[in-house]
Amino acid sequence: MEATAVHRPLHQFKLGLQAGVSIAIGYMPIALTYGFLAKTTGLTLSETLLMSLLVYAGAAQYMALDMIAKQIGVIEIIFTTFIVNIRHLLMAASLNEKVESDRPVKKALYAFGITDETFSVAAVEKGKLTTGYMFGLTIIAYLSWVCFSGLGFVVGASLPDIFQEGMSVALYAMFIGLLVPSMKANIKVVFLAVVAALFNCLFVFLEVLSSGWAIVLSTLLSALLVELIVWLKSEYGGSTS
Amino acid sequence: MNSSIVWMIVGMGIATYLPRMLPLVVFQKVQFPPFLQGVLKNVPFAILGALIFPGILFIQDDIWFGMLGAVIAFLLAYIGANVIIVVIGSIFVLSIVSYLLAVF
Repeated sequence: MEATAVHRPLHQFKLGLQAGVSIAIGYMPIALTYGFLAKTTGLTLSETLLMSLLVYAGAAQYMALDMIAKQIGVIEIIFTTFIVNIRHLLMAASLNEKVESDRPVKKALYAFGITDETFSVAAVEKGKLTTGYMFGLTIIAYLSWVCFSGLGFVVGASLPDIFQEGMSVALYAMFIGLLVPSMKANIKVVFLAVVAALFNCLFVFLEVLSSGWAIVLSTLLSALLVELIVWLKSEYGGSTS
Repeated sequence: MNSSIVWMIVGMGIATYLPRMLPLVVFQKVQFPPFLQGVLKNVPFAILGALIFPGILFIQDDIWFGMLGAVIAFLLAYIGANVIIVVIGSIFVLSIVSYLLAVF
């Protein structure tokens, strides 16, 4: 039997690439800045590229540069990296509910490309996600991250200042662009986002948690609370939407 | 390359990869109860809220700069603009604003 065009792996791969373009653009300023900071921290070009190739996590890489500059030990840096990125555990578990079943090797490969941004784009897509789509989405974002890290090291801060300031909003604008259409379609999404944002603001301003843990905890609290309310309403209310 | 930095990078790579990979590979055959599935399906929208706030307020010393960016992105997205337009539009407006602030 011949597969329809929509389900052909190559077509799905292209859809993933298209969905990843805005992430690739969003990564440009952060990766350029990372490359530039790595140079000023004293890393070589190959070390700078190796970190983007193997770690591929913005916040953790910035943090590592800061800790290298402060001469903090290797073990502490690795442990902090783990703490900062533990939120991916939550994302991967959530994504696992949405992706098609496939061989563990393939899933283990595209799992490397799970970031806040690729996760957000994939998670708001409608319906099941194919393996081809996941590869397309993660590869274009990864290439942008690695290439612009290297470019940032080489060209330094030659972007004009005004542009750098405007660029700093890029990833946040993308998150908002992803969130708002779902908010319009479903009131539950509004509650989920607002409750999590409020918890996160609270944790950050009280300075009780590191930023990584604050995101994990506020996300979990919001996802749990809102689900609990929906569940209670369906058990006991019934009449409301 | 400095070998201790290389080992540090390899360690960081493993510490980052494990949380990304384990749920996708290990939970392959696990079926969660409906309530937990519901919670996991809520995660994307909740995490977007937490990723945006308060981070967007700190993109510049003046929190109103980030606030303005948030409003513009929200309006563009609300009228149905594509994500790429939302990103480019917000960058464009904030670049003009910081240019004007620098001039006057």
